[in-house]
Amino acid sequence: MLLKKINIEAMKREDAEIIPPLERRDFLKLGLLITGVFAGGSILSATSIVGKAFASTREFTEQYPYKPHYSMLVHQDRCIDCEVCTTVCAKTNNVPTYGYRTRILEREDRKAVDRSREFIPVLCNQCNTPPCVIGCPTKATYKSATTGIVMMESKKCIGCKTCMAACPYNARYFNEETRAVDKCDFCFNSRLSRGEKLTACAEACPAKARIFGDLSDSGSEVFRTVHNMEKTVWVLRPEAGAKPNVFYTKG
Amino acid sequence: MAEDVTKTAEAAVLTGWRAGAAGVLQSLQGTKGYYAALMISGVLLLAAVAAGIHAQYIGTMNAYGASREVPWGILISTYVFFVVTSTGLCLVSSIGHVFGVKEFMPIAKRAIFLSIMTIMAGFFVIAFEIENPLRMALYNVISPNLTSNIWWMGTLYGAYMFFMAVEFTFLVINKPKIATIIGFMGVVAGIAAHSNLGAVFGMLHGREFWYGPYMPIYFIASAMMSGAATIIFFTWLAYKVNGQKMDGLMKKALQVTTKVGILLISVILFFTAWKFITGFVGGEAKTAALEMLLSGSYAFNFWGLEVAAGMVIPLALFIASRGQNLKMIVTASALMIFGIFFMRYDLVVVGQLVPVYYELGVNEYSELLSYTPSAHEILIVLGGMGFVGLTFLLGEKVFGGHKSEIH
Repeated sequence: MLLKKINIEAMKREDAEIIPPLERRDFLKLGLLITGVFAGGSILSATSIVGKAFASTREFTEQYPYKPHYSMLVHQDRCIDCEVCTTVCAKTNNVPTYGYRTRILEREDRKAVDRSREFIPVLCNQCNTPPCVIGCPTKATYKSATTGIVMMESKKCIGCKTCMAACPYNARYFNEETRAVDKCDFCFNSRLSRGEKLTACAEACPAKARIFGDLSDSGSEVFRTVHNMEKTVWVLRPEAGAKPNVFYTKG
Repeated sequence: MAEDVTKTAEAAVLTGWRAGAAGVLQSLQGTKGYYAALMISGVLLLAAVAAGIHAQYIGTMNAYGASREVPWGILISTYVFFVVTSTGLCLVSSIGHVFGVKEFMPIAKRAIFLSIMTIMAGFFVIAFEIENPLRMALYNVISPNLTSNIWWMGTLYGAYMFFMAVEFTFLVINKPKIATIIGFMGVVAGIAAHSNLGAVFGMLHGREFWYGPYMPIYFIASAMMSGAATIIFFTWLAYKVNGQKMDGLMKKALQVTTKVGILLISVILFFTAWKFITGFVGGEAKTAALEMLLSGSYAFNFWGLEVAAGMVIPLALFIASRGQNLKMIVTASALMIFGIFFMRYDLVVVGQLVPVYYELGVNEYSELLSYTPSAHEILIVLGGMGFVGLTFLLGEKVFGGHKSEIH
């Protein structure tokens, strides 16, 4: 039995660095066992995601590098694929029909006991170590020093498409009108910079599947979920090492 | 007074130009085959320019096969093909005229000339791939990103091309000592630029097929393999074009270049084998890409073109030739150039065909992606080859068969 192997004493020490790897692994298994979720290898950790999702545990958890540190929490089980989010996104940000800044992916499991289909909204993960920003030759795409949002300065884009090849999340497309690569900026240009508090998609979602907020604000829902030991929170493609700021959870 | 001086100078320049132009025209005497080849190369080049401009006009989204999921297509792989060849020509020729191994001397001048022309062909092709070349010219300079391998590669290749051009000039005006120094700088810039090109792929940590230190190393070894094949083939072709017979020294030079070819094919075979062996203990995405090459839709490209035509058959021919049988050597190097073109293509394309969300198990990305080059893209690629053909043919005549004295 997996449950028997767990050393409860060790579990109480909450700092991820203190827990020996073996016990940590047991703890992970427990998390999976309890929640019953095995999301195709995409689960990063059954504990608070923060330690793993950033470069350095202490550096990031003690003090977030951006203020506000914008991030999004996706309640994967709440998404019903109504596509209101993608529609308002396109309208708000002038996204042409051949492109998209966010979309909803569908995963099916015919053997699943209850619900056999789930929807996974995807968008730019506003990574902390963004491969696109590292690769861009002209700093046309850059990480905002104040908000942590990965921004575009279209006039500098030479159209080499390195960022598109680099992105582990397929979050970028080439916009023929601006002759520059376009991507989600958490509605910074269209909304946040004009005083709005939410992204268009988060505001429009009828199921509250997308929660937008400030990870550096301990009162925000994003913070409270991501730092909640009881919650299973994960990011997509953690192995790509980009340290994303879009988190996923269920239940 | 000043006016007189200007007039005299003008006259002198004009006379010089006329004499030069007459000399060039004089030197351009050739067979019908030569003119036909010139014509075909020129037509290919013009067709490529037309296709490239048309593509910009109707939008590359419509004109090219590349897409959001597979942003880099045959134009990038052909650019890689040309610059790999250029670096290889520079490296192989440097054995002789930079590092002083006498046997390699006779191939040097032509190799340097071709290295300049192949890198220009690379720039020609990528100019139609880059959406905003003008923005590039401006912001590469005023907004450089020093963490970007693309930036380093572009900048270093610029320096490399400059050094190679200066080196060639000094060789032509017969100043070999200065040429050697500049040549050394060219080699350094070439290696730096070329390993950065490898790193453009190797540093993309979201792409498992490319990610890692393998790419920069592989690119350098692979360049020398390309360089050896290209100089052998074009030297042979040049003697056909010029209707001359090779002397003993040139034969000897090709013989030692064949040895370089044997060595580098072996190195690349070794690299390729280990890439696959280590790759299969990697993640699902990496395995999927490797399987595409081994047994999937790219199996013919891999086994038939890359492995058989690009490496194994040439290796066998090189060895069987014992460095003497020129037919075998030339066939081998022609096969190599052909195979290596697809080696670059597979490297660039297959690296993107596994969707980034493949392992997430979603319906949208449960299948591998596909890419087919469009007519526009193919025309531009052929134009790049036309450029090399045209400049090679003209170069042979203008520079009198790149004859060099041994010092």
